[in-house]
Amino acid sequence: MALPPSPEKPRIAARYLPQAAGDKRFKILEAHIKKFQHRHDALIEVLHKAQELFGYLEDDVLRYVAAQLKLPASRVYGVATFYHFFTLKPQGAHTCVVCLGTACYVKGANRVLAAVEQQLHIKAGETTPDNQVSLLTARCIGACGIAPAVVYDGTVTPRQSPESALAQINQWVTP
Amino acid sequence: MTLNDLHQTKEAEIAARKKIVLRCCQAAGCTSSDSKGVKERLEKAVAEAGLQNEVEVRGVGCMKLCCEGPLVQADPSDALYVKVTPDNAPAIVAALKGGRSTLAQADPHSPFFTLQQSIVLTNCGVIDPERIEAYIAADGYQALHEVLVEMTPKDVVDTIVKSGLRGRGGAGFPTGLKWGTVAKSPGVKKYIICNADEGDPGAFMDRSVLESDPHSILEGMAIAAYAVGADQGFIYVRAEYPLAISRLHNAIRQAKRVGLLGSGIFESPFNFTIDIRIGAGAFVCGEETALMASVEGKRGTPRPRPPFPAERGLWDCPTLINNVETFANIAPILRRGADWFAGIGTEKSKGTKVFALAGKIQNTGLIEVPMGTPLSTIVEHMGGGAPDGGRIKAVQTGGPSGGCIPRQHLDTPVDYESLTKLGSIMGSGGMIVMDETTRMVDVARFFMEFCMDESCGKCIPCRAGTVQMHHLLEKILARQATARDLAKLEELCDMVKNTSLCGLGQTAPNPVLSTLRFFRHEYEELLQPDPHGPRTPATPVPPLTAAN
Repeated sequence: MALPPSPEKPRIAARYLPQAAGDKRFKILEAHIKKFQHRHDALIEVLHKAQELFGYLEDDVLRYVAAQLKLPASRVYGVATFYHFFTLKPQGAHTCVVCLGTACYVKGANRVLAAVEQQLHIKAGETTPDNQVSLLTARCIGACGIAPAVVYDGTVTPRQSPESALAQINQWVTP
Repeated sequence: MTLNDLHQTKEAEIAARKKIVLRCCQAAGCTSSDSKGVKERLEKAVAEAGLQNEVEVRGVGCMKLCCEGPLVQADPSDALYVKVTPDNAPAIVAALKGGRSTLAQADPHSPFFTLQQSIVLTNCGVIDPERIEAYIAADGYQALHEVLVEMTPKDVVDTIVKSGLRGRGGAGFPTGLKWGTVAKSPGVKKYIICNADEGDPGAFMDRSVLESDPHSILEGMAIAAYAVGADQGFIYVRAEYPLAISRLHNAIRQAKRVGLLGSGIFESPFNFTIDIRIGAGAFVCGEETALMASVEGKRGTPRPRPPFPAERGLWDCPTLINNVETFANIAPILRRGADWFAGIGTEKSKGTKVFALAGKIQNTGLIEVPMGTPLSTIVEHMGGGAPDGGRIKAVQTGGPSGGCIPRQHLDTPVDYESLTKLGSIMGSGGMIVMDETTRMVDVARFFMEFCMDESCGKCIPCRAGTVQMHHLLEKILARQATARDLAKLEELCDMVKNTSLCGLGQTAPNPVLSTLRFFRHEYEELLQPDPHGPRTPATPVPPLTAAN
């Protein structure tokens, strides 16, 4: 017995494309996915690229990646939340990453972190309400020779103290 | 590429060398102190002095004394300038033409440098890591040629077995044995993985090697692939190391271009390609089964072994996983012979080990010493002891899986067995020095917090145990704990150590156990008297006999 013909389904990826149509970033991401031939094992690489393009991994992006790689959304969400490097929340205009590796910790990185937390009234992992500064911590950035190190907007800065960190932060928050 | 091409490249490179070389460190430590600017200004100053034909300004990898960066060293005069700023450039160039400069210099003949013995770091800080020609001029890829043309895969495995090389990732498993197992495993498709997920906080040896001499890793991997019969390799590197990633990409591109990676290498039937996989910040991915899951694009959770990766690894194919430093040792061993390598180090631990020296110590940076060097030589002589006249209290090795070695045991030789005997491990090579101001209970809490955050959550002892141990350590630090809590902590340590699924959980209690072993008084000073009196031992359970 022949099954009744199923109604024509739009292509899986196309379902997420309408809102992405005018967005160049989705095009770049698609090209990147094609480079990996839509292989399942490229998921982490693709998420890296997506985060680089969008700044964080919003739900639409995760669904789009899942559809493109033909993976269940649960798997994509599972991977995105498992790894610390991926963030599902938007970041502030500036990022301050305090390294809390052993060498930095022994040399007082926790005091640097505490000073910044107090100044910005946020905890590590949070963003200020005005979306200006995101305060993050790292588990060793391999710059132990110049501990304690802090990464301001992607620039590794050596031998920080609570005072030098606050000086940098104040440049961002006060106009 | 043929052997002839290799020799020609080498000769052309040597012939093009200029009389004087200014080596300027371009590794991650120094670039954070504007060593890029220093290099640019040096080039400008050389041009202004009209010395372009005599002086080469060369960007090199890590020059080891990271605490004094940015570093610039002049060859052949050996002057080593420290904490160089771009404005110092004209003075450095002026000093090349004789005359003493007033710039800050370090002594290149101090114990920090003279007591080192380089195998892995031979090219570190000497060659330009971004040019394959520089590696070839330093005899690079010759070992690969010899292996492909003159040796059978079995000869290669035998050579590595004979050298006595042991895995540099921490556990110290004999490398030759591992290679032999993978070579013998049946399977058409096999994989090689280089574990560059250097997650231990306080360790930066692998980063330095990748940034300073990436081709040595590619050559080591290619030789390993030939020995075990693989044709595809992966380098799993942390996302936190952007410079290492970009230098690896560059190195792979160059090697492909000249035919040292790809198909028919050195006109032999051997094919080999390498892909880079970037981690995403999970410490557990340093564990080999978790790492493989991550390479496959899944959550990095470990699985029980056996089957070992050597039998069933990546996509269920036999897989060889070695650490960066292990691969960096391969080409030198084949170039200079297994006997030469076996002549260095101690009876059971051969060769050298690279350590990242950091913490409360004068000279922080990268060192490579023969196995068996006493810890005191490393921290007191080479490291220069604690800064500001302080006293070293303990040395932490092995990161969150290791332990603290107290002052009275500093004469211990550094090899796999001696460190294990003291309740620590060799680990990948992070060495954090702590002085009298460091509270050991706080250190134990710091590592436990790390393990708690990094536990993947798959097995219960690790997922729940680390949380409870962290809670107890917090309680002790808050002076709210009693002797009962301490006993509970020790019990939990034992349980988590013996019942966890993977290395992360099995070693998570080590920092607590080792600090308890040597600094128990620091814990006891924080304890409160128990309102309920001392804990009574539980009634022993009668042993089960065959009858019931």
